[in-house]
Amino acid sequence: MTEAAFVYLSAVAVISGLAVVLLRSPIHCALALVLVVFHVAGMLVIMGSGFLAVLNVLVYAGAIIVLFLFTMMLLNLHQHEETRYLHRYQTWLGIPLGALILIEAVWVAAAQPNPSGEQLGIYSPAVIDAAGGSAIAAADVIFSQYALPFEVAGVLLMAASIAGLVLARRASDEAEIEDEVDPVTDAAGAEYVAALEGDSHGGAH
Amino acid sequence: MTLPLSAFLIVGAILFSLGAVGVLIRRNIIVVFLSVELMLQGAILTLGAFAVYNYDLAGYMLVLLTLTVAAAEAVVGLAILVALSRQISGFFVDRLQSLRG
Repeated sequence: MTEAAFVYLSAVAVISGLAVVLLRSPIHCALALVLVVFHVAGMLVIMGSGFLAVLNVLVYAGAIIVLFLFTMMLLNLHQHEETRYLHRYQTWLGIPLGALILIEAVWVAAAQPNPSGEQLGIYSPAVIDAAGGSAIAAADVIFSQYALPFEVAGVLLMAASIAGLVLARRASDEAEIEDEVDPVTDAAGAEYVAALEGDSHGGAH
Repeated sequence: MTLPLSAFLIVGAILFSLGAVGVLIRRNIIVVFLSVELMLQGAILTLGAFAVYNYDLAGYMLVLLTLTVAAAEAVVGLAILVALSRQISGFFVDRLQSLRG
């Protein structure tokens, strides 16, 4: 049963991954990536970590890809459609390089033995079940041992949201803010200029 | 759990290298970003598999950090893209030639 589910999930994940790389329209690529996300989440479920599966679907399919689709809609990509969607020469360099990465990575992955004995940590499936599921077990670890990295992740998200705001703002907005006159300093400045001009006139005559 | 660890690692590796090929061969900037997200999916699958098979939940924290970095990267990248859309016409990687000698 688990094997059948794994074969289905991995086959669809790999085929949708190919679709992300090869489909012409960016919208179709984004939707193929949603399929990849769901099937990777399915694989995480049959591994027994439902927490990561839910997190993956929520963050990727729910937030990141929606952001991509919004941007595509905003930028109106179809007006720039051209016939060529792959690089002309770089493609014939990129595919062999990718094949090399694939061979290396699969070689290393296939040689990886199942961990056993001394290497194992304390969170066996039985312990996780006794704790009440993978979310509770994950919370045990995240909010005690890894509390600081968790907070740092929050700060990173904050910084990213501010950066997104600053970067996506129009340059004309910035100019308007700079050109905006402050009545107090402006009046003082006018008086200062008038005094300077009066001085120079007085000196000349 | 009858499946070996390497089964999940191989699928993760395949997804990662597909994403790498996508980054290298696609012209459209948005699809290059999507391919980076595909690579991150492979990384998440690998980290999750190691966490589960090693009985060690440090991998869960790493996946959480990966998701955070992916979200931050998407936000900043797409904001740069929106700012860039006022400079160039057509979102193709080979239109960005201002550093060409």
